[in-house]
Amino acid sequence: MARLVVLGGGVSGHTAATFAAKWLGSSHEVVVVTPNSKWNWIPSNIWVGVGQMSKEEVTFDLAPVYAKAGINFKQAKAVSINPEGSESEAKPFVTIEYTESGREGESEIVEYDYLINATGPKLNFAATPGLGDANGLGEHTVSVCTADHAVHASQELQKCIEKMKAGERQKILVGTGHGMCTCQGAAFEYIFNIEHELKKAGVRDMADIKWISNESFLGDFGMGGLHMKVGGYVVSSKLFAESLFAERNVEWLIGAHTSKVEAGKIEYELLDGSTNEEEFDFAMLIPPFAGVGLKAYAKDGEDITATVFAPNGFMKVDANYAAGAYENWKASDWPRTYQNPTYKNMFAAGIAFAPPHIISKPMSSPNGTPINPTPPRTGMPSGIIGKAVAHSVCDLMTKGENAHLHEASMAEMGAACVASAGKGLTTGTAAAMTVYPVVPDFEKYPGTGRDTEYTFGEIGLAGHWIKHILHHLFLYKAKLNPGWTLIPE
Amino acid sequence: MKHEEKNFEKSDQFNLTMIPGAFARKMRTCVIWQFIRFVAINIKMIVVVGKSH
Ligand SMILES: Cc1cc2nc3c(=O)[nH]c(=O)nc-3n(C[C@H](O)[C@H](O)[C@H](O)COP(=O)(O)OP(=O)(O)OC[C@H]3O[C@@H](n4cnc5c(N)ncnc54)[C@H](O)[C@@H]3O)c2cc1C
Repeated sequence: MARLVVLGGGVSGHTAATFAAKWLGSSHEVVVVTPNSKWNWIPSNIWVGVGQMSKEEVTFDLAPVYAKAGINFKQAKAVSINPEGSESEAKPFVTIEYTESGREGESEIVEYDYLINATGPKLNFAATPGLGDANGLGEHTVSVCTADHAVHASQELQKCIEKMKAGERQKILVGTGHGMCTCQGAAFEYIFNIEHELKKAGVRDMADIKWISNESFLGDFGMGGLHMKVGGYVVSSKLFAESLFAERNVEWLIGAHTSKVEAGKIEYELLDGSTNEEEFDFAMLIPPFAGVGLKAYAKDGEDITATVFAPNGFMKVDANYAAGAYENWKASDWPRTYQNPTYKNMFAAGIAFAPPHIISKPMSSPNGTPINPTPPRTGMPSGIIGKAVAHSVCDLMTKGENAHLHEASMAEMGAACVASAGKGLTTGTAAAMTVYPVVPDFEKYPGTGRDTEYTFGEIGLAGHWIKHILHHLFLYKAKLNPGWTLIPE
Repeated sequence: MKHEEKNFEKSDQFNLTMIPGAFARKMRTCVIWQFIRFVAINIKMIVVVGKSH
């Protein structure tokens, strides 16, 4: 009996572990190591952040689901990997530290035959002074990246709304908290949900809402923008996004690196090198992402972290990390199997894998400050990659070392995104978008990099309905309810 | 004043983009039209999901 250890029970890891457990049955063991007792449908945190959903509606307990699936669940965080074992352990292993109530800090060694690293991002609040520190989110701004953060954001927003109702004008700032952030889509969705809630509360006129982002143009979304079919035209997402902001009276500040956060004020540097300040009463700024900081050690105890992980902490996989300058970037630089090049029994899925380079055009200010979005790895690609990697590992376990590896390149995969603006079934309007492929392929599509038949955007109520359906469908699937395998990632 | 007049007036940022007029905005919340779009968007999304697996 062989053992697969999956690190991280988020979108990618949960997908990988549950499929692996189903495909392997009881002949092999699947272990999940993840620090939280609950699974979180992260996209719906946006609705928690405006008080439209509770934390309970977007989370559920993992233990009973893993018990049902026959998965060995360890509520712990991985600290380090010994892919060659150690002088006292013959087999490769992971060192974990329990977070489970009553066992906090307890350390354990978990041996593995195959390892999937799906630890997602470290929310690196400490990268910007004042945005936070090593302990996480600071006191001046809010976040919607976790369900708890979103509950806090909603409470702070409510205070703001009360002030507006009492006649006090409020300045709301939403966007990215650093020049190297990703996940602009989440902030984009949040700002329009706030706008909608303020309208509903009858205080829209009392608020100045502003977007701040590291994108060099509005609508870049970390994907270098996209050209989509809208109303019979093929248009840049710049026009699409600017139109949305202008329609809803939301100003924008782009090409901005937030360099410091204080109470009620941020400092920022722009792509032209100038610096300035922006005041706020309420700010939701996304932190930059990094790898979660796993260490790796060789058999003799030598630190081999730099061999296994890229400098940003994400795990190296079968990508071309030597592509060089922007002009040389190709769709084929992007990984296909997510296998670690040094240790073939190790894979990384979802946000945890190190991308070969960014997708947007690299930009920096004359002062040398990089100001460009890092590549997004949204829910759909994270799920698809998790499933493909699980498939590969199951084949390796059941068919032997030479089994064919399954492939899922982000340059051959699309993504569907719905950015709601409210939660109502008859009010509010969402932007529903699909992009194909996520990573542009300029060899195949020389003009836009993408297939404009399948890259489109549309604003309307239908997007809300889709977002509601996705919320229920993905929670249903993640709970492994009957027919869960039929629901695509 | 028309919604778009009001917003175009606000800044150069707003003035240099496009703002939907009353009809386009109405269609975004017209339940019958949106039901048709719901079906169309779902079909497109299913095709994209299918091409990605
Ligand atoms: C507010 C918000 C809204 C979003 N909205 C959308 C959307 O509408 N559509 C969309 O497609 N995508 C959306 N995304 C992106 C989507 O959530 C991510 O793409 C997806 O969660 C990535 O999956 P993952 O498994 O790589 O990481 P995660 O889902 O973050 O999972 C990582 C897991 O690893 C665990 N972990 C962390 N450290 C360790 C450790 N040391 N050891 C073991 N486990 C560890 C974490 O606790 C977590 O459970 C949104 C993101 C945010 C923040």
